Amino acid sequence: MKKDKSRRSLLKNISLASFAALAATGCNMKELEEFFQRNFRTLSDKEKDDIINNLEQKYKEKYDKEFQVSAQAAMDQVEFAYALDLSRCVGCRKCVYACVGENNQSRSPQIHWIQVLQMEKEKGIDFAHSDVHYNPEKVPEKGHFYLPVACQQCQNPQCTTVCPVKATWQEPDGIVVVDYNWCIGCRYCMAACPYGARHFNWGEPEIPAEELNTDMHYLGNRPRMKGVVEKCTFCIQRVRKGKYPSCVEVCPVGARKFGNLLDPESEIRYILENKRVLVLKEELNTQPRFYYFFGV
Amino acid sequence: MIRNHFVLKDDFQLIKTMNMKLINIQTRKFRLLFLGFIITLLYSCSTNEANSGNNESGIQNSGENSLKNSTSGTEIAVEAPPLTDGIFPCNDCHSEIEPNPERRELVDMHDDITAMFNHDSENRWCLDCHDINNRDSLRLASGKLLDFKESYKLCGQCHGEKLRDWKVGVHGKRTGEWNGKKEYLLCVHCHNPHAPKFEGITPEPPPVMQENISYMNRKNDEQ
Repeated sequence: MKKDKSRRSLLKNISLASFAALAATGCNMKELEEFFQRNFRTLSDKEKDDIINNLEQKYKEKYDKEFQVSAQAAMDQVEFAYALDLSRCVGCRKCVYACVGENNQSRSPQIHWIQVLQMEKEKGIDFAHSDVHYNPEKVPEKGHFYLPVACQQCQNPQCTTVCPVKATWQEPDGIVVVDYNWCIGCRYCMAACPYGARHFNWGEPEIPAEELNTDMHYLGNRPRMKGVVEKCTFCIQRVRKGKYPSCVEVCPVGARKFGNLLDPESEIRYILENKRVLVLKEELNTQPRFYYFFGV
Repeated sequence: MIRNHFVLKDDFQLIKTMNMKLINIQTRKFRLLFLGFIITLLYSCSTNEANSGNNESGIQNSGENSLKNSTSGTEIAVEAPPLTDGIFPCNDCHSEIEPNPERRELVDMHDDITAMFNHDSENRWCLDCHDINNRDSLRLASGKLLDFKESYKLCGQCHGEKLRDWKVGVHGKRTGEWNGKKEYLLCVHCHNPHAPKFEGITPEPPPVMQENISYMNRKNDEQ
């Protein structure tokens, strides 16, 4: 009996303490609401609208700018795929920084969704001996080729299956997305991804307000918080409006190709049918939608 | 589901008012009441979750924008890049000069082009591409005159494979919309026709070495 009583009082005290803490932090209604917000996939359209209005308001207060946050759903009959011409890429890293700007990646601590690996032609694709920190006067360097790696948008993704809270999933158009509000930061997905394509916000992300891209998607480039995982979304805020991803448009050698796998007239289909194509770590059966090819 | 949402909101209201009273509460009675609220709160949360689980159709995004004319994306060729200042129209000078079809190295005029010329220079020279009688035109091997805006046809005479890939958007760069209006770049936007091989470019800075990344946020440290 005595034991029971002490447990009850313990529980009571804990609950009291937590409420006191809640009161002490000055949590307002919106923050509470955000805290109790459910998984994005279970929200009704109205709830999504409310959340997005709140977000736009919040960002406006924080950054003193107008933001458009979209929750646009996937288009019918669209499955995105990407192709990269290994015989063209010169390793200039323009895509890396275009991506950082477009997708509001943290400048400090630094996060890059795209990693350009420099490899020796003699060794072929050899991740163990590749170099991401190369910095010569001019690229391409003799005897080397360049292999940019970002999320491979796998058809059989491992990262989504290991998520204990289903905060990451594959959209009908093939894009693997993260609900940053639902992510608990356990980083299982990072361990599961064989491509190192997921990145963790170890610190509060810092982005200069004037460099923020105000055209946002809820599942894409809206500012992340400390303690959540982020990744390439094929520029979901652009491609669902029909635009090419940012890295495609910036590439100075036209090595990057993007399109709809289900459209037989698309560039992607032409490449798959006519070029020598490879995917990374094929043996893992992740079935990437990111194809590397040789244009010559 | 919506109803539950409102229930949840009511709970929030209650919590808020209770928070304000919290300091005054000392009696056992109120403590018990609090426990009751937590339980109702948790319960309503869990029912919300349970209800939402049934809403499987909500998970599938019902896309409104169907891709209607996926294949008929219209492509727009952009303007040819501007020619070097002051040399076009070529006929301003060339109409007064007697054409000399003899292959030779130019020394007085266009020596800048001669200096950089690197496009099968052993076998080719100006009049293989420029028309001898009308310098404002290019000339195909067939003798057909060609506007500078259609220079890709001239390139394609030798580089047929590249032309084929370029037409389907695989060689070279396209910008615009993946399912709609696209903009081509012409061969000469990227390749100098007199020296088409790409020059090396300066790379953007490499990523910070892992050991140098400061994960500790300054603001948080201060707190």
